[in-house]
Amino acid sequence: MNVVSNKWIGQRTIRPDGADKVTGRAAYAADATMPGMIWGKILRSPHPHARIRSIDTSKAEALPGVKAVVTAKDIVDFPVDTPVPLGIQDMRWMCRNVMAREKALFHGHPVAAVAATTEEIAAEACRLIEVDYEVLPWVIEIEDAIRPDAPILHDFLRFEGRPSNIAGKLEHRLGDVEAGFAEADVVIERSFATRPVHQGYIEPHACLVSVAPDGKTTIWSSSQGQFMVRAMTSLLTGIPQSDIRAIPAEIGGGFGGKTIIYLEPVAVMLSKKSGRPVKMVMTREEVMRATGPTSASRSTVKIGARRDGRIVAAQGTFYLQAGALPGSPIRGAAGCAFAPYDIPNVHSVGYDVVSNRSKVAAYRAPGAPIGAYAVECVLDELAEALGMDPLELRLKNAARQGTKAAHGPVYPRIGFAETIEAALAHPHYKAPLGKRQGRGVACGFWFNAGGESSAQVNVTEDGNVVVTTGHPDIGGSRASIANITAELLGIDYRRVSVLIGDTATIGYSNLTGGSRVLFASATVVTQSVEKVITQLRERAAKIWGIDPDAVKWEDGQALPAGDNAGRFPPLTLKQLAAKASETGGPIGAGVQLNTTGAEGGFATHICDVEVDPELGIVRVVRYTAFQDAGRAIHPGYVEGQMQGGVAQGIGWALSEEYVYDRQGRVDNASFLDYRMPVCSDLPMIDTVIIEVPNPKHPQGVRGVGEVPIVPPLAAISNAVYNALGRRFYSLPMSPPKVLATLEGAAA
Amino acid sequence: MADIQYLAPRTLDEAVGAYAAAAGAARILAGGTDLLVQMRSGAVRPGVIIDIKKIAELTRIEETPDGGFRIGAAVTGAALAEHPRFGKVWPGVLEAVNLIGSKQVQGRASPGGNLCNASPAADSVPALVAAGATVTVQGPNGRREMPVEAVPAGPGRTSLAPGEIVVRFTLPPRPAGSGDAYLRMIPRTEMDIAVVGCGVNLTLRDGAVTAARVSLGAVAPTVLLVEDAAKALIGSRLEEAALEAAAAACRAACRPINDKRGTIAYRTRVAGVLLKRAAAIAAERAGRA
Repeated sequence: MNVVSNKWIGQRTIRPDGADKVTGRAAYAADATMPGMIWGKILRSPHPHARIRSIDTSKAEALPGVKAVVTAKDIVDFPVDTPVPLGIQDMRWMCRNVMAREKALFHGHPVAAVAATTEEIAAEACRLIEVDYEVLPWVIEIEDAIRPDAPILHDFLRFEGRPSNIAGKLEHRLGDVEAGFAEADVVIERSFATRPVHQGYIEPHACLVSVAPDGKTTIWSSSQGQFMVRAMTSLLTGIPQSDIRAIPAEIGGGFGGKTIIYLEPVAVMLSKKSGRPVKMVMTREEVMRATGPTSASRSTVKIGARRDGRIVAAQGTFYLQAGALPGSPIRGAAGCAFAPYDIPNVHSVGYDVVSNRSKVAAYRAPGAPIGAYAVECVLDELAEALGMDPLELRLKNAARQGTKAAHGPVYPRIGFAETIEAALAHPHYKAPLGKRQGRGVACGFWFNAGGESSAQVNVTEDGNVVVTTGHPDIGGSRASIANITAELLGIDYRRVSVLIGDTATIGYSNLTGGSRVLFASATVVTQSVEKVITQLRERAAKIWGIDPDAVKWEDGQALPAGDNAGRFPPLTLKQLAAKASETGGPIGAGVQLNTTGAEGGFATHICDVEVDPELGIVRVVRYTAFQDAGRAIHPGYVEGQMQGGVAQGIGWALSEEYVYDRQGRVDNASFLDYRMPVCSDLPMIDTVIIEVPNPKHPQGVRGVGEVPIVPPLAAISNAVYNALGRRFYSLPMSPPKVLATLEGAAA
Repeated sequence: MADIQYLAPRTLDEAVGAYAAAAGAARILAGGTDLLVQMRSGAVRPGVIIDIKKIAELTRIEETPDGGFRIGAAVTGAALAEHPRFGKVWPGVLEAVNLIGSKQVQGRASPGGNLCNASPAADSVPALVAAGATVTVQGPNGRREMPVEAVPAGPGRTSLAPGEIVVRFTLPPRPAGSGDAYLRMIPRTEMDIAVVGCGVNLTLRDGAVTAARVSLGAVAPTVLLVEDAAKALIGSRLEEAALEAAAAACRAACRPINDKRGTIAYRTRVAGVLLKRAAAIAAERAGRA
């Protein structure tokens, strides 16, 4: 059932967090403070790979002002032979990531932590900790890590029976690719490389933790999931979940990078040992060295088509850098790569490769941009070889309702073809190009997700509404939930307050990730509001002395219906709230569900670039993103998600990369030399929202936050080719690389 | 934990006295846009900070009767931009100074600080070198004057003697038909650090170059004055051959490094490209002047 009324759904209502953010009142984790609070600091490994023989903390502990020191001995150990998965993480790797155990696995890996009365004393104490390292050979890049003679990070990892840095393999098969390629008239096979890129949230990781003498633990922190914080901290500290209250702070960006924890269990152990509240705030340098980013990649993609443009076979191999511990997003790369297309024969393989760099964290559609980059660049060459328009080639092969995807599902009604048709019809696609300009297109897919969510909808005594959900809001969920609640109740959205509960005040809710939050929380909020409306009808029925079924709810009031129509004046929400105590007590309802039916998100992008061939500079001069949002509950936020994803994709394609020095250390651990685009680097990114409602959601919602980062890498690469007649097979297309390639071409 | 002493002298003599007395433990604070960042990162830990912004001479902009300018070392980029005449006479110097940092940073950052920070990639320095600017420094042994290009001695090092403070820049009077320009290559469009910078200062008479100065930033341990490039331009009418010769001289002068910001090959190529582009802008301005 799709709600078709348009009073609040689809409106660009004022965001509930806006005033606080622009006036500086919004409370982020680093703003939290407590009486008696002390400061925690982390000692980090100076080596990219080293066995830890011993740690002597005695001098640090003797320094006046130091209240506690923590090492891996204080963190619960999870033996490497027993998987303990938690969401996309595994506690075997989490316990080793938050504090190095047997070995320091990357430069910047936490080795110990100190809490002291000031940050300066804590830093000084870190310098007094003596760590006896046995320095080991190290390896950073994928191609080096998979060589037979590569230094092995983990003795327990084996691949094909031999010690290896390949930690895992994932394979999707559909049909018979050999037979498929045999049918093809044109086959294109190319190899690609991408560099690691960071999520780049403005707010560094931060937390304040207080462990009371009775063991009750409170955590204020910046994360994409307070329940994730509680569960992981519980596992890593041994404190039961019921004794931990995780309070989500306002979040200054996450992009997937805050679906994992770094500081909280360390701060808990420091607080437990010292008896004092402990605050920890990372520096930007720590963020760049030891959190995130997403994987570097090496991919090979082969696609075959018949002369009429029908794709008959596709094969992809994707090596992704996991960082120091297993867990790169090979599912996103290998699974999403071919997912937009109806291809009868597919073989897609992902390899998870460990190396001596920080453990990767989720980043907006994890892995999917890597897969799409290779596939969408090959499709561009295929279109050229076939003499077809690149969008027409994609439209001809577009997945539709009933298409069986290699990664598993048979699609229900999806809106992918509509995004391509909209792009074909858009003035941008036909606009003339200037000198040294080029145009490229690309498409993308992201799984989207459902999962567990809880909501509580309460009517206040004065007849307004408070909705509590369990998800940190990183993409407009509060505004969107307010729109939906106002719509369903028939009241002004300003009468609805949407809050994010902590782990003690709202039921379990899975983290904010996978583009799941609005899909899932709108589902539980809708069901909660429906229960509230039932209660309101019952209260009115009681007042009128008629059957509840004879009461309808319309425009924010109860009306007698059917035979009773017109017999009683309507009762508004305010009137019913005022009589709540006499008619049965407080009015409110909550729903907790494991939601399903999220269904995938699809996008098509058009990009124009202009190249300065003397300096090698590529600038994006026009960009239009087309996306099936299912139903845009708050179009301003949907557009913001689309623009944000594109902006991050532009950085990935053109300027962002980790640079390592000869000692295996990140050489550009700052926003100066890690070049994310600034406003003046970007054009206004135009957006076209397509609405093909998700049949499995009450409002038709599809997740929108992640798919917009999937197409840009290839759209920009294809545009650069169109401008220069030269193809680039690795990112970023930074000025030195572009100029070197052009000069190589000229020579 | 170590206490930092903050001094804000009203006179240059006081400042020089305190600076010399601190015997290396002091740092000069002008806008602080480099110093405070370096202190936060732990790169420097001064015992004494001497704020020179309270000294009148260091924050003054004066136009001399002969048409030259004296710019106090602690004058901010924003103040220089607001001066009614300076940007008309020295548009290249002004655009270089105004490229340092963001709008907010412009309210604090000064050309004196930019020079003394001694980064090879400093934006204002190549423009000032091309302009033929000199600096007045004052130290325990009194005042002396030297060309701007004589101040940087290497990355993070200057040729200033212990206790010496940069007081002001002096820009010479402008002959008719003069124009200057500064261009830098950065991967972004702003908020970035020069991979290569190039300053060009030209005087033209009847379309022919009668005087030229060319400088390069970020291609050597210090900002370079490229006299061979200037020679290639002087006497020319900026024909393609002359520009190519000057560009070749720029490329030949480069002694860059490979680092996270650019390669040797890239910086060398770009130095020549920027020379041609900056010369075209300077010539266009000279034609209007």
